[in-house]
Amino acid sequence: MAKYVIIGASAAGISAVEAIREVDPVSTITVVSEEPCPSYSRPMISDLVSGKANFEKMLCRDGQFWEKNNVQALTGQRAVSLNLKEKYVVLDNGARVSFEKLLIATGGKPFVPKIEGADKKGVFTFTKLSDAESLAAEIEKAKSAVVVGGGLIGVSLTEALVKRGLKVTIVELQNKILSLILDATASDMVANVMERAGVTIVTGQSVQRILGKPEDERVVGGVVLTNGNSVQCDMVIIAIGVVPRAELVSGTDVKTNRGILVDRFMRTSVPDVYASGDVAEAYDFISGENRLLPLWPLAQLEGRVAGYNMAGKKAEYPGGTAMSALKYFGIPIISIGLVNPKNAEGYEILTRYEPEKRLYKKIVLKDDVIVGILLLNDIERAGVLFNLMKNSVNVKKFKQALLSENFGLATLPSSLRKRLYLE
Amino acid sequence: MKRIVAKEEFCIGCGLCEVYCTVQHSKSKDVIKAYNRENPRPLGRVRLEVNKPVSFAVQCRHCEDAPCVTACLSGAMKKDESTGLVIHDAEKCMGCWTCIMVCPYGAIKMDASGKVVSKCDFCSGLDVPACVANCPNGALVLIEVKP
Ligand SMILES: Cc1cc2nc3c(=O)[nH]c(=O)nc-3n(C[C@H](O)[C@H](O)[C@H](O)COP(=O)(O)OP(=O)(O)OC[C@H]3O[C@@H](n4cnc5c(N)ncnc54)[C@H](O)[C@@H]3O)c2cc1C
Ligand code: SF4
Ligand code: SF4
Repeated sequence: MAKYVIIGASAAGISAVEAIREVDPVSTITVVSEEPCPSYSRPMISDLVSGKANFEKMLCRDGQFWEKNNVQALTGQRAVSLNLKEKYVVLDNGARVSFEKLLIATGGKPFVPKIEGADKKGVFTFTKLSDAESLAAEIEKAKSAVVVGGGLIGVSLTEALVKRGLKVTIVELQNKILSLILDATASDMVANVMERAGVTIVTGQSVQRILGKPEDERVVGGVVLTNGNSVQCDMVIIAIGVVPRAELVSGTDVKTNRGILVDRFMRTSVPDVYASGDVAEAYDFISGENRLLPLWPLAQLEGRVAGYNMAGKKAEYPGGTAMSALKYFGIPIISIGLVNPKNAEGYEILTRYEPEKRLYKKIVLKDDVIVGILLLNDIERAGVLFNLMKNSVNVKKFKQALLSENFGLATLPSSLRKRLYLE
Repeated sequence: MKRIVAKEEFCIGCGLCEVYCTVQHSKSKDVIKAYNRENPRPLGRVRLEVNKPVSFAVQCRHCEDAPCVTACLSGAMKKDESTGLVIHDAEKCMGCWTCIMVCPYGAIKMDASGKVVSKCDFCSGLDVPACVANCPNGALVLIEVKP
């Protein structure tokens, strides 16, 4: 019988361990983790493929994390079912682990649409260490790749493959890449840079069929797009995105939408059962609703909030919102909140666009409060803007200065500066 | 534990904090060499913010509940439990800029290589950080905070 059981040992799971140990140094913690390796930075799997990082660099906590935090770690083991009435978890080896408090931090799994030929050798998904390792092992032999999905994961992988000398075609169903986090101007700027790096970008298309090689049907040789065009390649990587791994709670009383629904304390609808990270749908402070936001910083924050509450220290989740920082292809980008409102009515949009400097900045306001921030290349003051956004500060008096080169704390009216920054 | 506090009413906007910070974080620790010869040019970690007549220096505040640590994608940004300082490990940093996005002070910079970030390390090894020691008008001071 463990006081605390945590399923999943990534951003959310390990952050929960740290929070529990801050409050409760002694009670037993058991962590069940399907991946056998120590916890690593998932976003860094692209750097593993490019050769920029080795596994040691990817470790996201000090070695000995389990020992230091006195955790019973059941690594390489999968939870297969839950009995929430009698409060135990069943593992793939049949063992039962009883809990007083349970955290489900099972993250996401790759979304894979049905594509004919997806069982051929040379088709990969890309969300975990073992994916990156098997991909890296095949790269030596490959000359070209098709990446399906022009979102954050697809773009990060594309950069890694380009660095390894592959000819990459990226296929995106929307009419622009990074469509969830950029507007048309920013997306075009990134697409230009990628094309100059030799990437072929195909938008408004998806892969309909994966072809074999003439000499061996079982090995990837190309793809056919929805428009009938075909592209030759030696590997296909499906990087469309992730969907919550919420299957453990199906058939239980835990309420789900697309992910597991949690309140501001990371509690699910069943007492003593918590959820955090990519598997959960938590509060978004911009939309005011619960929403899937599969992001590392939010998984860590949610995990911490869950850990505190599980250990009896009340902690309220302030809420998250879409927030991405990108480093790929040499253009630093920060995108926060609503950067591209579908219906522009009711929003005020400030922009500054200097293509010769590859500079683009955009701020979206609603009733003089920042609700969206998009910065390309000049990103260092992003956090100050984000702080105004989080605190719903009315920026009417100084909005002209928000996009200026020397915007910073000194730009803020002194009364506001004192309120936000001096306790 | 000590923290740096900026007193904007005393700041004369001279920028010496930036100079001394840069020299302190250079290889040579010599102002002429640091500014003219070192490649990559060393980067100061304090920023003098000016919006006349207001000016003050901003450097990492080593936040109690540091947003950059919670956000960090790689584990490079860490809170040192014994000193309470927020320490950045450039070897682990993946240069994802996530910490820049969340630092409310805008106190994190990209380093000269453009591959990792850089921020105030409280001049590890010195009793008094270089910016505080060399501010000519007492606009940067150390205060004692509860651990
Ligand atoms: C290539 C890539 C790049 C990314 N880049 C960024 C980025 O730049 N910025 C950003 O914010 N986010 C990024 N992300 C997203 C980020 O990695 C996720 O948001 C984060 O990992 C979520 O953490 P988590 O703890 O919720 O779940 P996960 O990291 O998905 O971990 C869940 C863990 O639980 C285990 N598990 C699942 N089910 C079970 C079970 N039944 N039994 C036992 N163990 C189980 C899994 O094996 C896994 O180890 C990226 C992701 C990828 C793949
Ligand atoms: S870098 Fe910014 S967020 Fe991090 S501790 Fe320093 S001031 Fe706080
Ligand atoms: S840039 Fe480096 S320190 Fe900052 S969040 Fe990314 S990995 Fe962490």
